[in-house]
Amino acid sequence: MQKFDICIENTGEHYACADSRSVLEGMEALGRKGIPVGCRQGGCGVCKVQVLEGRFVRRVMSRAHVSAEEESEGCVLSCRIYPSSDLRVNVIGAMKKNVCRPAAASLPPNP
Amino acid sequence: MAMTGVLRPGHAQIRVLDLEESVKWYTDVMGLMPMGRDAQGRAYFKTRSERDHNSVVLRQADEAGIDFFAFKVLDDATLADLERKLQAHGVATERIPAGELMETGERVRFKIPTGHTIELYAQKTAAGSTTGCFDPEVDVIDGPGLRPIRMDHCLLYGGDIDGNVKLFTEVLGFSMVERVKLEDGQTDLAVWLTCSAKAHDIAFVRHAEDGKLHHLSFQMPSWESVLRAADIMSINRVSIDIGPTRHGITQGTTIYFFDPSGNRLETFCGGYDHYPDMQHITWSWEHVGRGIFYHDRKLNDAFLSVVT
Repeated sequence: MQKFDICIENTGEHYACADSRSVLEGMEALGRKGIPVGCRQGGCGVCKVQVLEGRFVRRVMSRAHVSAEEESEGCVLSCRIYPSSDLRVNVIGAMKKNVCRPAAASLPPNP
Repeated sequence: MAMTGVLRPGHAQIRVLDLEESVKWYTDVMGLMPMGRDAQGRAYFKTRSERDHNSVVLRQADEAGIDFFAFKVLDDATLADLERKLQAHGVATERIPAGELMETGERVRFKIPTGHTIELYAQKTAAGSTTGCFDPEVDVIDGPGLRPIRMDHCLLYGGDIDGNVKLFTEVLGFSMVERVKLEDGQTDLAVWLTCSAKAHDIAFVRHAEDGKLHHLSFQMPSWESVLRAADIMSINRVSIDIGPTRHGITQGTTIYFFDPSGNRLETFCGGYDHYPDMQHITWSWEHVGRGIFYHDRKLNDAFLSVVT
């Protein structure tokens, strides 16, 4: 098992993530924040990031949230990528506001 | 007989990103019984207790979510009658031939105002429960997976939930059991409806996007079995959304978790019986946090906005 450094550009956070863990799982396991957490299974799109630098192994994820074009620009769901080098990512998911704004701003759900 | 018309939820067809991984997971972790595959490659499941041939159908797709949710009705005459009533209500219906879904008769398919596809059918082969109909034992011996009693209900997200309430109560004979009001005290944020005497057979939440699945729910026999389910989920590294906890709404105990494609599922127990003569329960916006999660007593952003 190898560990790599993940840098979340939006917040400047860094954490170490094993290559056996998804980038999202690695963040959660350390109690760290920065990427919004949804289903963790590639279906809901909440944890979408753009990988600015680095290599990773990718598992299947919902096309409803990452188009082929976006994929070619490095957009992925962070719950479905496993680092194979240090990574720099930018959070671009639907709940980005929740990590990039003060906590008080997140309610109500605005249905 | 008191119960006629629409009897109960019958089957749900769920989209999965990796069929083989999902078949293994629904078998080993959920503890459902694999009931075969059809020519399209769809995989069929039922719980050990369910008598009809299938209740969960998995279809491989490139995005997660729900294709359709179906209710079983009393008989063929009821199916034809409800089909006429839907058409009279201005709903376009389509007949899906018998056998298109394994061991299932003709289905009447239609779209509801929130964009979801709902089906009604009268016939599905009685494959039988694991204990049978003659001198049965109880099914309590421990086995693999969560082993729920039945596929019980679903919660769907979409825009026009008022149109859904009208269709389900006025045409299909459902009753309103509970509702949550928005800050204005008038608009429904969410509604829980039953076609039987349960706390819910289907529920809707108002949401900006149509056609979304919030969760598909499975009934457990006890609160203890819900806690046991949580242990099984951790052993299998299942992604848990929230729980074990309790709802104020319906009063059921619950865990929300995700299948391998991110479709939210629920194992729940409890709730209460609702009869059509009872006044429905109303929750105000001020108490919605306690209504949704009785112990946390606050809204949860992921619970409200993560859907497939």
